[in-house]
Amino acid sequence: MAQFRSKGKKDVPGISTSSLPDIIFMLLFFFMVSTTMREQEVLIQYTLPTATEIQKLENKSLASFIYIGSPAPHLVGMFGTSPRIQLNDSFRTAPEIGQFIAAERDKLAERDRPLLTVTLKADQNVRMGIITDVKQELRKASALRIVYAASQGRGYE
Amino acid sequence: MARKVPEINASSTADIAFLLLIFFLVATTMNVDSGIRRQLPPMPDENEIEALDINRRNILLVFVNASDNIMVGGQLLDITQVKDRVKEFISNPTNDPNKPEKVATDIENLGNYSVSRGVISLTNDRGTSYNMYVMVQNELTRAFNELRDELSQRRFDRKFSELNEDQAKAVTEAIPVKISEAEPRNSGGI
Repeated sequence: MAQFRSKGKKDVPGISTSSLPDIIFMLLFFFMVSTTMREQEVLIQYTLPTATEIQKLENKSLASFIYIGSPAPHLVGMFGTSPRIQLNDSFRTAPEIGQFIAAERDKLAERDRPLLTVTLKADQNVRMGIITDVKQELRKASALRIVYAASQGRGYE
Repeated sequence: MARKVPEINASSTADIAFLLLIFFLVATTMNVDSGIRRQLPPMPDENEIEALDINRRNILLVFVNASDNIMVGGQLLDITQVKDRVKEFISNPTNDPNKPEKVATDIENLGNYSVSRGVISLTNDRGTSYNMYVMVQNELTRAFNELRDELSQRRFDRKFSELNEDQAKAVTEAIPVKISEAEPRNSGGI
C-alpha cells in the first residue's frame, strides 16, 4: 500500500503569488486614471470657503490657477503673513497677472484659447481687496471666465 | 526532441508594479477642483462711456460692506434671506411695477415664456471677507438654480439637472443667470 505511506511531516504548498502583480497593476491603473499630476508646489496656506452650488471643473487642461493667501508656515519668516498672490511657482504682484495669462494662453491650442478658465484659489479669510485687484487685472487681460474655488459645504445652515 | 525552456522568474513583477504604484500615489492628486463659475464683465473702453440702458426697476443692488453686512435693494438683510429676496425679484410673480419687466419670448422646446430682465448687481467693499463674498455668490447662484429647478419641474416634471440637453438649453434661456460684478468700493479704508 504505497499510496498511503506518509512522510513524517507534510509540506504545506506555498500560496501562489503569481496573481499579485495583476492585482497591483489593477490598483496602479485605477490611480493613474482617477488622479491628476501635481503641477506645482503651493507656497501659500489656504482653506477654501464652502458653498453648496459648486460645479466641477470640466477640463483640467484649460484651467490656470491663481493662489491667494498667507505664505505657508515655513515661508512666514521670509515673507510675513500678509496675503500674497502665487502665480506658477513664486509670489507675484497683481500687475504681473497680465503676463501670466498671456503665458497660459500660449500653452493652449489656438481654438482653446478663448476657453481659458482661471480658478481663484483663495483662503476664506483674505479680504476682497486683493481679490478685487486680481479680478481687475484679469479683466484687463480679457480672461473673463473665472471660478471661485470652493469646497462642498452645507451653506449657512 | 524539444528542449525545455526554463520559465522566466516573474516574482519581481509585483515589486515593479508596487514601485510604479507608489510613484503615482506620490506624484498625483486626487481632489477634483470645484467652485462657483462666473463670467467677469469686459473692461470698459476708456473712450466710450458705458451706456446705462438698463432700466432702474431691472436692477437689484446687492452690497456687502466691510463688516460683512448685506444690503439688498436698500434693505439690510441676513444671509438666510438673500436667496428668497433674489428669487422674488427675478420672478416678479405679482408683476409689480417696481420689479423687473418681463419680455415674452418664444423659446424652442418651451413655447412662449416671459423672460425676466432682472439683473443682480453685486458690489463689495475692499474690506469684505472672501468667505462672505463667496457665501453671497453662492446664495445668488442658489436663487437662480432654484428658479430653474422650479421651471423644469413645472414644464418637464423633472429637476434641471435631469433634463436632456435641449430642455436644459431652453430653461437656461428662459432664466439666464445675470449677475454683474460691479466695480468695488473702498469705504472700509483697507
